[in-house]
Amino acid sequence: MSNPGSLNIAAASLDAVKDRIDGGPRGPRPRKRISRRNIFIYGTLLVVAIYYLVPLYVMLVTSLKGMPEIRLGNIFSPPVEITFQPWVKAWAEACTGLNCDGLSRGFWNSVRITIPSVVLSIAVASVNGYALANWRFRGADVFFTILIFGAFIPYQVMLYPIVIILREMGLYGSLWGLVLVHTIFGMPILTLLFRNYFTSLPEELFKAARVDGAGFWSIYFRIMLPMSLPIFVVAMILQVTGIWNDFLFGVIYTKPDTYPMTVQLNNIVNSVQGVKEYNVNMAATLLTGVVPLVIYFISGKLFVRGIAAGAVKG
Amino acid sequence: MARDGRPLQLFRNLNAKIAAIPMIFTAVVIFAGGTIWTVVYSFTDSKLLPRLRWVGLDQYDRLWNTSRWIISIENLMIYGVFSLVFSLVIGFVLAALLDQKIRFENTFRTIFLYPFALSFIVTGLVWQWILNPDFGVQSVIRDLGWESFTFDPLYTADIVIYGILIAGLWQGTGLIMCLMLAGLRGIDEDVWKAARVDGIPIWKTYLFIIIPMMRPVFITTLVLIASGIVRVYDLVVAQTSGGPGIASEVPAKYVYDKMFLGQNLAQGFAGSTMMLLTVLIVLIPWAYLEFGGKRRV
Repeated sequence: MSNPGSLNIAAASLDAVKDRIDGGPRGPRPRKRISRRNIFIYGTLLVVAIYYLVPLYVMLVTSLKGMPEIRLGNIFSPPVEITFQPWVKAWAEACTGLNCDGLSRGFWNSVRITIPSVVLSIAVASVNGYALANWRFRGADVFFTILIFGAFIPYQVMLYPIVIILREMGLYGSLWGLVLVHTIFGMPILTLLFRNYFTSLPEELFKAARVDGAGFWSIYFRIMLPMSLPIFVVAMILQVTGIWNDFLFGVIYTKPDTYPMTVQLNNIVNSVQGVKEYNVNMAATLLTGVVPLVIYFISGKLFVRGIAAGAVKG
Repeated sequence: MARDGRPLQLFRNLNAKIAAIPMIFTAVVIFAGGTIWTVVYSFTDSKLLPRLRWVGLDQYDRLWNTSRWIISIENLMIYGVFSLVFSLVIGFVLAALLDQKIRFENTFRTIFLYPFALSFIVTGLVWQWILNPDFGVQSVIRDLGWESFTFDPLYTADIVIYGILIAGLWQGTGLIMCLMLAGLRGIDEDVWKAARVDGIPIWKTYLFIIIPMMRPVFITTLVLIASGIVRVYDLVVAQTSGGPGIASEVPAKYVYDKMFLGQNLAQGFAGSTMMLLTVLIVLIPWAYLEFGGKRRV
């Protein structure tokens, strides 16, 4: 029993000694650039990376081809004759039902939904998080626990009660109704995000402000807000992509005139009438994906932080 | 700005309470209230409008005798099991590969994660196009000379759910990889050194030391994937619209169709209650494990 073990240890210590001799007195031995291990690692990663990139590539090349070329060639071949006609058509002419003004309508609807939703949800959630972190009152934890649980509950059980509430308020079918819905469903994760961030700020700061006579709102606006710009950016990235990509709430709480881009995109591509124009479809799909993609590529690390926190959203 | 000396209990901290009203409203009225409302009305015979005429468990009886619901549940199980296993395995392997102090780590990570920024609608539509039998993968391989090659998941009832699975994994694995990578980075370097000194092979170190140490990460990821799976809806709508026939229906779609298209509210409520039950089965043991003893959310 003890024999192989001690042998191993001996071998390991021999290795360690060898390491030290080969690589100088400090630090690990410099690795060979091309080893079997590296070929395996980079090879696997490269193959997977190509797999991940293929759909983006296919979207792009398809959207730049004319229909005759699509019918003849295969989906992976680059376009022979580049045409931007599909993009123009997707943006301005594609039909959904009776409207033939393309995705632009959905785009502007999405903008009109996303901006107020993001602002409102972040404003509400940051104040909530602030109250939970620094001004705890009795019972706050109970509400917070329900809120966090709410993040996991399937939306389907809350859909209809919200329809009733919105109808009572006269907001059902309007953009503002949807804005309210996004604010509600963004609240669990955003509140958690802000609460954790505000808790991590040094408490002395808060106490000093209190001693100086600052109240709830003045501490929030003068101290907390300026100190937490990064977390606001994270929350913004999270919300913009989340709300832009939403489909379920859009289809339920708005009417065809106010459909967000995702809903309109789905209606354009999956409409059964007419000849399928795959290039227009892919141009439309890419157009819808462009906004979150741009945010993703620009924001980089912050996006990762956002989703690591926002992962709770599922 | 109420700044009073020794105020009443209710008025202490009044501003914070006022500020928390949206949260309290959301938690109590929407989340708790809405959920209870839906569960209660699932025991009625509401059709076009909700009404309180009790029918006991009739709706559930109907639900479980509807082939469309049974297929939905089967699809959800297949999709769920495979997507759970594959996203955990692929996510972990990718994270482990990225953790080898490689070059271009950021580039690879960016590539693996970008699909997560895209919506399920976009994901579904792209894969619908790639898997298109006349133009997509199948036709490309046939053109290469393999005439009998058949890969047509989206129009074959038996395997349509796997077509959706491919798209779902493409979209979601990057996130799992990121969470796993964070977990791996959280492990003390000394553990690796100790394992190396003991001469334990790398794969064994991962399997028997690192993974058990990453238990919390795995559990969190598991809960995230599971609660996401139950909700899967947009992807199916975009990729197949539930077809061919009803072969790729999922519970969320069933519920939506019954509630908003079929004018059969109580059926929708019963379906959504079943979805809630599924989530609770996953969630309660987890919450118990995570927050049972010590109170920290």
